[in-house]
Amino acid sequence: MTAKILRPQREVGIVGYGAYVPRYRLPAREINRVWHGSMGGLPVQEKAVAGPDEDTFTMGLEAARNALARAAISPEELRAVWVGSESHPYAVKPTGTLLADALGAAPSVQAGDWEFACKAGTEAMVAAMGLVGSGMADYALVVGADTAQGRPGDALEYTAASGAAAFILGPAENALARILASYSYVTDTPDFWRREGEKYPSHGQRFTGEPAYFHHILQAGRTLLEALDMTPEDFTYAVFHQPNTKFPQRVARMLGFSQEQIAAGLLVPRIGNTYSASAMIGLTAILDVAQPGDRIFMVSFGSGAGSDAFALEVTEALLERRDNAPHTEDYIARRTEIDYGLYVRYRAKLAE
Amino acid sequence: MELARLWRSKKQRYTLQGEVCPNCQAKIFPPRDVCPVCKEEARTEFTFSGRGKVVAFTTVTQPPHGYEGQAPYVVALIELEEGPRLTAQLTDLGQEEPYIGMPVEMVTRKLRAVEGKRGILVYGYKFRPRLPWR
Repeated sequence: MTAKILRPQREVGIVGYGAYVPRYRLPAREINRVWHGSMGGLPVQEKAVAGPDEDTFTMGLEAARNALARAAISPEELRAVWVGSESHPYAVKPTGTLLADALGAAPSVQAGDWEFACKAGTEAMVAAMGLVGSGMADYALVVGADTAQGRPGDALEYTAASGAAAFILGPAENALARILASYSYVTDTPDFWRREGEKYPSHGQRFTGEPAYFHHILQAGRTLLEALDMTPEDFTYAVFHQPNTKFPQRVARMLGFSQEQIAAGLLVPRIGNTYSASAMIGLTAILDVAQPGDRIFMVSFGSGAGSDAFALEVTEALLERRDNAPHTEDYIARRTEIDYGLYVRYRAKLAE
Repeated sequence: MELARLWRSKKQRYTLQGEVCPNCQAKIFPPRDVCPVCKEEARTEFTFSGRGKVVAFTTVTQPPHGYEGQAPYVVALIELEEGPRLTAQLTDLGQEEPYIGMPVEMVTRKLRAVEGKRGILVYGYKFRPRLPWR
């Protein structure tokens, strides 16, 4: 059993973290008014919408600058700049090249883009654990960022949001939170996809819940807990991928976590599903309030499908460095509501 | 031609990288390799903090080629904390009205695309109202 989990030879942790949430909010009731005559339930209150001049690179850059400020290292020390997203600005030309150069991490650096629906960022995080844990590199930056695409009128339009989260992984002795171990669970599941050249994704209707989201998160979460010989009571906080408000609440209950444990990281009602940033940005909000010694349990989910589970433990260094950059709640508090018309213009829904 | 010019100016556009004069310590933006104050050679790189304030502004309603989809937008003359003045778009104003003396900070944003959907994306500095945080 223990052979399944990942634990590097050199202990690794998060040495810096940062978030970014764009200013604009589209209330779910506004989408409901336009498409459903204001009838039926709403999966979130509102979602964060990127401005017309924002994309995965610009949002990822601000999150990464915040992570660098908290890591208190120089950008040349980064040996990897990896960006997980399903909305890279280019089909061919890595966002990682833009980010590495803009941060000052280029040219002696790995840089590239990762794609695994909503878990592209945590997939890169596991790779960064390997890079740092092997001793080949001291610091690696991973970003999860998306300007998620929802087809107008589709159920996903309520939640498909924009945001970014960044983590710098490094040696545990310089970490704000040590990574105790991780475990990933992957299968071929037809729950959600977007074909080459298509602007909007498709989903496999009844495949999205039980066989996809719940199965993968439960398997990944339970396996990691068992291997570490831990229970939900050993953790102060937990955060799960957040495609809507109900799924993470329900999966927390199924794993044995309380609603109090997930409250700090449950951002989806106020910012929507930020896709590759979703679980990661929840973790940034938890790190903004956690105390040394607190343990944090995180499980991402990406359609296709798979989950990455992590167990973390907060160190004393968090208190010294977390105020080096804006807290995630500072971005959420900066809020300008827009209507559906402005949303259509900002996200270029008409311009084809 | 345009690609080469954009490539050469990427550092100043992405991160407000200018120069500092080794002779009189004047901060220089955009970089020009000669100090505009003491006329000595100045090639030492210096990255600006990105903090500044609005000195003057105007709203563009008849945009130049390449910016058609963005109007109306605000262009401002900004004085950086370190001294130099530059012009840039203001972004993320939401419902805030710009004003002379408004504290702003640099963000890197998409400025435009060259040749529509097929061309390279041009990123560079804009300024937004300063994000309130502790």
